[in-house]
Amino acid sequence: MSALKLKKGASSHSAYDLRDPHGNVIERHTLAAIVDNEAGVLARVIGLFSGRGYNIESLTVAEIDHTGHRSRITVVTTGTPQVIEQIKAQLGRIVPVHEVHDLTVEGPAVQRELALFKVAGQGDKRVEALRLADIFRANVVDSTLESFVFEITGTSEKIDAFADLMRPLGLIEMARTGVAALSRGA
Amino acid sequence: MTETKMTKSMTGAKMVVQALKDQGVDVVFGYPGGAVLPIYDEIFQQNAIRHILVRHEQGAVHMAEGYARSTGKPGVVLVTSGPGATNAVTGMVDALMDSIPLVVLTGQVPTFMIGSDAFQEADTVGITRPATKHNWLVKETDRLSETLHQAFHVATHGRPGPVLVDIPKDVQFATGTYTPPQAAGTKHYAPKVKGDIDTITALVEAMETAERPVFYTGGGVINSGPAASQLLREFVEATGFPITSTLMGLGSYPASGDKWLGMLGMHGLYEANLAMHGCDLMINVGARFDDRITGRIADFSPRSRKAHIDIDPSSINKVIHADFPIIGDVAHVLEDMLRIWKSRGRKVNSEGLAKWWKQIEDWRKVDCLKFKPSEKTIKPQHALQRLEALTKDHDRYITTEVGQHQMWAAQYLGFEDPNRWMTSGGLGTMGYGLPASIGVQIAHPDALVINVAGEASWLMNMQEMGTAVQYRAPVKQFILNNERLGMVRQWQELLHGERYSHSWSESLPDFVKLAEAFGGKGIQCSDPADLDDAIKEMLAYDGPVIFDCLVEKHENCFPMIPSGKAHNEMLLGEADTQGAIGATGAVLV
Repeated sequence: MSALKLKKGASSHSAYDLRDPHGNVIERHTLAAIVDNEAGVLARVIGLFSGRGYNIESLTVAEIDHTGHRSRITVVTTGTPQVIEQIKAQLGRIVPVHEVHDLTVEGPAVQRELALFKVAGQGDKRVEALRLADIFRANVVDSTLESFVFEITGTSEKIDAFADLMRPLGLIEMARTGVAALSRGA
Repeated sequence: MTETKMTKSMTGAKMVVQALKDQGVDVVFGYPGGAVLPIYDEIFQQNAIRHILVRHEQGAVHMAEGYARSTGKPGVVLVTSGPGATNAVTGMVDALMDSIPLVVLTGQVPTFMIGSDAFQEADTVGITRPATKHNWLVKETDRLSETLHQAFHVATHGRPGPVLVDIPKDVQFATGTYTPPQAAGTKHYAPKVKGDIDTITALVEAMETAERPVFYTGGGVINSGPAASQLLREFVEATGFPITSTLMGLGSYPASGDKWLGMLGMHGLYEANLAMHGCDLMINVGARFDDRITGRIADFSPRSRKAHIDIDPSSINKVIHADFPIIGDVAHVLEDMLRIWKSRGRKVNSEGLAKWWKQIEDWRKVDCLKFKPSEKTIKPQHALQRLEALTKDHDRYITTEVGQHQMWAAQYLGFEDPNRWMTSGGLGTMGYGLPASIGVQIAHPDALVINVAGEASWLMNMQEMGTAVQYRAPVKQFILNNERLGMVRQWQELLHGERYSHSWSESLPDFVKLAEAFGGKGIQCSDPADLDDAIKEMLAYDGPVIFDCLVEKHENCFPMIPSGKAHNEMLLGEADTQGAIGATGAVLV
């Protein structure tokens, strides 16, 4: 498995499930849970992760159906294949959880994150920041003579890359939403 | 259900009583307090539901557990806010670990005071979120009855467990519309009960050719109901496969059956553990590969293919990889398995099985439960053998506390039917047995209910003797008194250089006087020659008895698989214990 140098969780792009269910390779998975939008449901999900020692790399939650009282929780987590399967099974048995989807293995998915960057600087650095923001298709949503706030949307990797570039140019504050994800196609 | 009842308007407190009646509840175990007074006022004004006043809220939950495990019905608890709720937490975690259906109702401060650090306020739903299968805080009286019905539904469907409904006092006082059970929305929570037929068929095929099969059964068989035990017995008899069980599953197959290997696990029988280690097909029916069962995972039953039948998808592949994972209710799955096995011609590998049984008979000859008898002191094993001999023909229910006595009870008492054995398995809660025995006795007033106890565990909830006396519950407290925390002492002997740090019981009460102080009967016995007569005296007394059985103080419980060892590295007696547990085993529990 590791000798094949497959990308983490890349089995969805193969005709076979190449993942070794007992492997010790740590994979990163994006899970989406459709839950009742009721008091405490987020605490149940977070409590499950902390209580059983699972990782949360990012977590996004918002109501998606007001009349149906449904929210969507998107969690990016890491673990061995066995742990990932456990996380899904444990999420599935929380009473207000209706569906659990593993967007990493269920087929191609779109994953996006939104971030706001506050970059302060003057002169060349300020011009360079604006130029790079243009390359990354980040929008300027606030501007003073000494600062910009950029809004950028993309994969987590793209946002990481943008952050790396902004840091020497005067990045002073950052806010990220965490990943939102949907499967491709209908 | 009449039209008027469908739309009946009533107070929240009345709704609680109405919902309990509509759910068929006949007994509630509880303790009043400020935040549940309106509900207690309603309980006062009716006779359909009996309320058992406990002495401590933990006792109420264990009583409800005993009631639930011995009847198959959910146990119901009613306690007040704050300390009432926090005292109930241990019992709820116990029920969660052992999959016991409970509905716990807690009072809460009025909604407008929540968050103000009011008197007897605690964040009950927050505290009990990981202690329950699900919980609810009800903020509107109109939602109360539906929530209560959902609570019963969730507690009893899928893998059973405790649920909690937190009811603020103003919600109890306010008037709202009562929703009857039939109209309550419970459809969303509907765990799958039928197993996948293709996997079941593949398992049946494997059973037809297996040379060394073994049934490994657990509490799931009992939770599934009497039909599951019946089907299991039929299947075992028809196939001739050997069967072992976890602590939680004792009684699903009769101890007198000739296919019975006895309990498996850390203090399980030699033949049961070696059968697990040596089998080529393991059929796990409603058990969960607990660490007390598996020992060292890497060496757990290395040459077998494993089937795992469990209603909880998260149990499958959690600890041990299942070659035949079957998610479903035990009774439903066994029914399909049996039907498919019959329709395919009832095949088994007779030649292989005959060899397998010969091997098992050789293991049985080791007689792993033998112990050195004594004419001077009562050996705890001997006490249980006599208790078994003198009570096995009674309509008998056994509860236990936690420790050596619990393991000896599992080894030396025989259980012929399900729902007859209540013990704290997963959580290992000392103090479980006395209240559990009262809960069982309340459900079965005419039965013989015995709590096999250690003196240390028993003291943890001894206040419930008052409850037993008040409700004339003639529970027999059979205390194997070694003046030690026996299991702790055993581990200190094996693991900690015989440094017995705080593992003895000093300043013990005089149990005979204690029984009399509560209004029960006390019996003390220290001579093996008197034991039978003393037990008979206990059985003859129509009321609660504390039987103080003074036993050998330093007896260890064998067989034992030390933590971190495999099934075939069992200790059979004192001679095996030198250096038995390595440094890696010592960090395990």
